[in-house]
Amino acid sequence: MRESLREFALPVLAIAAALLLFGLLVSFTGVSPIEVWAILFKGAFGDWFSWQNTLQRAAPLMLTALCVAIPARAGLVVIGGEGALVLGGLACAAVAHALPLPANVVGTAVACLAGAIVGAAWIALAGWLRQHRGINETISSLLLAYIAIGIFKHLVEGVLRDPASLNKPSTYSLDAGLLIGGIAGSDVHWGLAVGIMACIALGFWLRATPSGFSVRVVGGNPRTAQLVGLPASRLIVGACAIGGACAGVAGAVEVAAVHTNANASLIAGYGYAGILVAFIARHNPLAIIPVAILFGGFGAAGSMLQRRLGLPDASVLVLQGIAFVLILASEGLRTVDWKRVGARPLQRLRLVQKASA
Amino acid sequence: MTADQWIALLAGIVGGALRVGAPFLFVSLGECLTEKSGRINLGLEGVLVLSAMASFGGAYLTGSPWLGVLIGASAGALLALLHGLLCSIERVNDVATGIALMLLGTGLAFYLGKPLIQPQAPQIPAIPLGDWSDNAAVRAALQVNALVPIGIVLALLMGWGFARTRFGLLVRLAGDSASAARALGYSVSGIRIAATTAGGFIAGLGGASLTLFYPGSWNEGISSGQGLIAVALVIFARWSPLRCVGAALLFGGAGAIGPALQSIGIGWGYHLFNTVPYVLTLVILYLSCSPGKVAAGSPGELSSAR
Repeated sequence: MRESLREFALPVLAIAAALLLFGLLVSFTGVSPIEVWAILFKGAFGDWFSWQNTLQRAAPLMLTALCVAIPARAGLVVIGGEGALVLGGLACAAVAHALPLPANVVGTAVACLAGAIVGAAWIALAGWLRQHRGINETISSLLLAYIAIGIFKHLVEGVLRDPASLNKPSTYSLDAGLLIGGIAGSDVHWGLAVGIMACIALGFWLRATPSGFSVRVVGGNPRTAQLVGLPASRLIVGACAIGGACAGVAGAVEVAAVHTNANASLIAGYGYAGILVAFIARHNPLAIIPVAILFGGFGAAGSMLQRRLGLPDASVLVLQGIAFVLILASEGLRTVDWKRVGARPLQRLRLVQKASA
Repeated sequence: MTADQWIALLAGIVGGALRVGAPFLFVSLGECLTEKSGRINLGLEGVLVLSAMASFGGAYLTGSPWLGVLIGASAGALLALLHGLLCSIERVNDVATGIALMLLGTGLAFYLGKPLIQPQAPQIPAIPLGDWSDNAAVRAALQVNALVPIGIVLALLMGWGFARTRFGLLVRLAGDSASAARALGYSVSGIRIAATTAGGFIAGLGGASLTLFYPGSWNEGISSGQGLIAVALVIFARWSPLRCVGAALLFGGAGAIGPALQSIGIGWGYHLFNTVPYVLTLVILYLSCSPGKVAAGSPGELSSAR
């Protein structure tokens, strides 16, 4: 019980400390920190309009966070989710344009599946490079992300470009029947449901299935995994593929629900914010859901900070950075035995009393 | 293509290697120093962006490019110091910390650099290496950043320092065997924090050459992973400062292909040519790494941490 309390309390304290530090930082520019906190809350969770914005942003964050969390459970630090997201979105738009898909849910599913496959292949490549050539997956996945963005821009401004898009190169728009609509008439699209279901399903998979357990064994202790004869390489590449598929779906959903075509707005940094979400959730798929909503909220509040207080749009990035640093630093507190820290002065007092007696 | 175009293309790539390679050079030297002490600092990407902003702001406010360089490098050192301190906490992983500092450094740079997007700052002087030629394209391409010779001297100094000086040997000791350093009574954390901070200072010079020489202005897309490429460069250079120089020039040349082609009017595949450095990095990593074997020249503490 105590252990799980700490599991919960440390991240909460770290985020609270991050908000405090962020308030201190903005106060240097002459903005009242209390006002900043109030707007952060209002812009994120203040009313139904803010909630819609928050949940809209939380959906891709959940999926890109899974792209970090699932490989992490297999022992890999993959940070190139942005690449899988971008290519997933491109694949969705390309398939919807090239194939005569039925203009209904089935067509949407096929287009998203294309995104998932491309995303899976992209991240699995980083896993394969590590297993078969010993290349650090953190570096390779990020390099692959930059390559993916290059390919994306090349194709969107080249063969896949809709000639009608003059100022902002875009692909052809998806057929209206293929678009993903809002849940119950709201702005919150069904991508949120996809994200939540993916988190729950993968959480269940890791916890309750033999293959999920094997992935955790490989990530926890590769030597043991080898000794009991688990196919480590296949499991690691598989975990990468699952993560990549999630990020690919994130891109496809963004295209089908938000942008309606693939253009440069897709490169919005969800892949990088997902890294933070996964680390705060300690790579636990179920914990990703609330953390993604929280950081989706901060993202939503960012534009309000800009409008109301004239803060730069990068302020949310600073908040994210501070939160990330503090979350990692709080790892150091995890092993501290608080009882002994508190007891030490008392013990000392007792010793002094004994000596004087 | 005509002969003139070929010359212009070649000059563009050679000049670009010196121009685009400068940030690679400094960041890889900084990373080399950090990794020699037994830690990986992926946060140098954040250091690069933050120091690029700080040196531009410094040069703009003080009116002196060299003061700007100093301010930028100091900002880089501060961010790297944070990395060094964080990693000294028990159970804190250096790769994860690097990612966090990448986000924090970029965020801080964008946040503080918002008012700097418009103005012009005094630039670092150029050394005209192309004066022997009467081709204007060649002369324009061979204007070399005055920081580049400093970087080459620094690489020589570092190579000598690792072999001959007390601090150099201590850094290598901490990087090769932490327990041996501890047994001799040295503080491994202290050495690593010092090396990481100095590495951040050197990488900060790379940031300065981005905003104060080429491209020579501050904007939010100023770095696109050069800091990370430099981390891979160090593996390719087998942790030798001198080989870092060659590797940085090679990567600079690869990065200059896109702009050089565009300058002679070939616009096709601009974005694809811009990915050449990343592809090249992956290919080189593919060729230089092998499964289950430690890369040649790698500090002992790095491989055992993996």
